[in-house]
Amino acid sequence: MQNTRTYAIESNDLSIHYGTFTAVRGVNLKIERQKITAIIGPSGCGKSTLLRSFNRMNDFVPGCYATGELLLQGQNLYSKDIDPVEVRRKIGMVFQKPNPFPKSIYENIAWGARINGFKGKMDDLVEQSLRSAALWEEVKDKLQESAYALSGGQQQRLCIARTIAIQPEIILMDEPASALDPISTLRIEELMQELKKNYTILIVTHNMQQAARASDYTAMMMIDDQRAGGVIEFDETKSIFTRPKDKRTEDYVTGRFG
Amino acid sequence: MKEEVLNIKATETQSFRQFDLKKKTRIGESVIQALLFFAGILSVLTTVAIVYELGKEAMLFFGNPDVTFAKFFGETKWQPGIGQYGIWALVSATLTTSAIAISISLPLGLAAAIYLSEYASPKARGILKPVLEILAGIPTVVYGYFALLFVTPILQNIFGDNIQVYNMLSAGLVMGIMILPLISSMSEDALSAVPRSLREAAYAMGATKLESSLQVVLPAALSGIGAALILGISRAVGETMIVAVASGAGPNFSFNPLEAAETMTGHIARISGGDLSYNSIDYTSLFAIALMLFLVTLVLNLISQYIVNRFRERYE
Amino acid sequence: MNQRHDHFPEGADFNASLRNRYRVATIWQTIFLSALLIAIIALTALLYNVVDGAFGFIAYEYKDDPAEFTSTPVNELTKDELLVILKENLSSGAYNKLENEQPMQERSQADLLTLFLERLVRIDTKGTWSMTDSLLRGDEIRVEVAEKYPDAILEFRSWLTPQFLTTPMSSKAEFAGVRTAILGSLWMVGLAILFALPIGTGAAIYLQEYAPKGWLTSIIQTNINNLAGVPSIVYGMLGLAVFVRTLEAFTSGSMFGVTDSNGRTVLSAGLTMGILVLPLIIINAQEAIKAVPDSLRQAAYGVGATRWQTIWHHVLPNALPGILTGSILAISRALGETAPLIVVGASTFISIDPDGPFSKFTALPIQIYQWTTRAQSEFHAIAASAIIVLLILLLTLNATAILLRNRYQRKY
Ligand SMILES: Nc1ncnc2c1ncn2[C@@H]1O[C@H](COP(=O)(O)OP(=O)(O)OP(=O)(O)O)[C@@H](O)[C@H]1O
Ligand SMILES: [Mg+2]
Repeated sequence: MQNTRTYAIESNDLSIHYGTFTAVRGVNLKIERQKITAIIGPSGCGKSTLLRSFNRMNDFVPGCYATGELLLQGQNLYSKDIDPVEVRRKIGMVFQKPNPFPKSIYENIAWGARINGFKGKMDDLVEQSLRSAALWEEVKDKLQESAYALSGGQQQRLCIARTIAIQPEIILMDEPASALDPISTLRIEELMQELKKNYTILIVTHNMQQAARASDYTAMMMIDDQRAGGVIEFDETKSIFTRPKDKRTEDYVTGRFG
Repeated sequence: MKEEVLNIKATETQSFRQFDLKKKTRIGESVIQALLFFAGILSVLTTVAIVYELGKEAMLFFGNPDVTFAKFFGETKWQPGIGQYGIWALVSATLTTSAIAISISLPLGLAAAIYLSEYASPKARGILKPVLEILAGIPTVVYGYFALLFVTPILQNIFGDNIQVYNMLSAGLVMGIMILPLISSMSEDALSAVPRSLREAAYAMGATKLESSLQVVLPAALSGIGAALILGISRAVGETMIVAVASGAGPNFSFNPLEAAETMTGHIARISGGDLSYNSIDYTSLFAIALMLFLVTLVLNLISQYIVNRFRERYE
Repeated sequence: MNQRHDHFPEGADFNASLRNRYRVATIWQTIFLSALLIAIIALTALLYNVVDGAFGFIAYEYKDDPAEFTSTPVNELTKDELLVILKENLSSGAYNKLENEQPMQERSQADLLTLFLERLVRIDTKGTWSMTDSLLRGDEIRVEVAEKYPDAILEFRSWLTPQFLTTPMSSKAEFAGVRTAILGSLWMVGLAILFALPIGTGAAIYLQEYAPKGWLTSIIQTNINNLAGVPSIVYGMLGLAVFVRTLEAFTSGSMFGVTDSNGRTVLSAGLTMGILVLPLIIINAQEAIKAVPDSLRQAAYGVGATRWQTIWHHVLPNALPGILTGSILAISRALGETAPLIVVGASTFISIDPDGPFSKFTALPIQIYQWTTRAQSEFHAIAASAIIVLLILLLTLNATAILLRNRYQRKY
């Protein structure tokens, strides 16, 4: 337990480029374990770009590359000898729009575990993952039905369950509730509170109340004069929303921005 | 309330366990990727093989001291067996049949395309499009049958003794029908790629539908229609079975549609269908013709594709 | 500003000019529509022409009088009677050969009757007529035939019969069938797809999922689009040079101990056709793969899947209906192609079923070509029948493709 000051993930001067365009510049973040960290900021400031760089999803965007360091347990995720597949296994992701596989509910969860070599009892894993995602009661009788038959909110919780099933260290969420109605949104927020007992969560959100309600830390991003996004303020959520140090943060969280 | 969670997920202490993110060698993945790359590159090999094989034999043909480019491109009799190497005897028929085909298929195809893209109701489209698709799907040998046994007798009724049984007119006309769907569908794509706003601009200035179609939409789609035309020509030049059946067997330097004459493709089909000894001049000469065909159609296809891509960029 | 109306027609003038403009518009619209009508007419004429050829009167004489073999009228001969007649009158060599192909006892009455007519009494066709002629000018034809060939029998015949499908080639149109040709076509297409489907799908996966943006990829892509437009006869020449000649040891089967063949085998034809349809399969498979949404790939990568796991478990299954539809279209294309088969040397007369990749073969379109270019009208009749067979085959395939496409239409 002497390691408590080890962060879940740290970035040192991390920049992300799309070809010649630098979308995110010089980010230094130390993400606490088992806490929820929100990333906020105006549209186009590079929140998704930054988030996706954490599990190297940007590898699939032609021309996109990162400079600087991103450290997970002291290993730089962008060093040459790192396997992006292993990274994604440790750092799961939930996307803005629910994107279940066009398969059964059961298969949606079992697939990721199976390809990652899960050897335990699959039925149990499916059940536990669904319970953790607060979805079990709703779907336990129709596990073999297509995931497409679920509502949007249920689909999103299924995607969270799917991510939990591979037991990652960190879960990234890019506006996970933006396509959902208020009730479903609330359920996702409650769920996050449960999950943070075991996982480190990073969430991008446009919803200030959500960030204020649900997160422990908040990173505020903003673009500079070259349109590159950067973190201008990073602190406990309480401080960000009650006594921000940066004027721009204050304007943004109080809705006076732009 | 959610105790199970703890069972499947590491507790806080456990989550400090180190894990290894180093690259794993995934041999399967690499082998598969190599195989897929090979499948992708195979098509390039096909082109290389075409150029190499046709080129090799064609070189043998042109390497023959008796064959000169002057004769090949300058004379009008083709019978390599007895020292006549004038490719014009075949090119004339190719040009004539293609010209007839295009003069049929371009206006008809274009008119059909305009109707389909500017006028037809969804219901009418649902009936008319399949007709064109069926026409496009009929094997060319069937068109050959149609040309020889349906169109030719009609032409004989019209022209009487002036027309030969095998003639370029019949082959060309039927080839026009065959190419019509290609031209109309490509033109239709070009027309419907013209943005709505342009049409609305024309309507807003008080233009009728016709005026907007002909004076605004059509000119805007012209390059796409040009691409269709060029691809149509390429198709006509390369078409074999219709001419092999209906246009006549035997080289004949003539541009008279009522006469029988053999096209480049028809000639290849007839000669290669017989017993042919490798290394004979008859054999190598076929490759020279095929190489010409390949190069001509290649250039036409490339131009057409280039235009289409340019056109697409402009409106996307 | 009140000048602005000066140069435009107003009121009645304007209405008149507008009416004129509308009249012109209607005329043009009719012209546009008539292009489509011409297409419809052409299609109708073509189909009518084919059907017209496949049915109609035939006038024939017997070279040998059936009465020399039996007293029963030809139409009333039973199977047993025919068996006896054939046994007695065929040379024992010929009889044994037939017996070896298929025991005589097991053959149907119709088959035996055909043998009787073909081998013993031998039909001599004097003329054939199209369906339209036969129906509209029936009496005229009867009179004409009675005058010219008093001994001839005139009957209305459907050239397209079940037997037409099951009998092999014959040098006499009356007894020829397309069995050999259909089997040849199936072998050829089967080999072509066996070759082109995996490679084409692989190439499409490479281009959509792996290929980095760059000059090599764009060369490959441009090249594929171009290959799709290369005249089919050029593929024939390629097949002739590469498969028939250079790889003769392989395509003739001599490498594997097959002796009685040269490179002009169904394998050469299949490979040639495979290369011909390859671009078609690739382009269609690419479209199908493109239609699989990226969110699905991201979902898979997000749970730690490798590239191939993602492709194999998610991209391919979802693209499969599209890929299959594309393959069916490729099969139709290969079934109808004639020119490359002529060049790689399909046999024009062969009555032995192909029984392996190293067989000599013929194919449906080859027979259609052969028969169409014969001078005698009875061959045109069987050409028409063969066309009907081919068109029905193609129609079935395309209907399947459409069904497949509608059934599995986009579910995301
Ligand atoms: N695939 C891409 N290629 C090139 N540029 C991109 C790409 N994706 C994003 N960008 C650019 O990077 C910048 C940041 O985009 P990003 O999507 O990260 O913003 P965001 O903060 O998530 O915005 P939003 O709140 O609207 O989701 C923008 O200028 C965007 O245009
Ligand atoms: Mg975003």
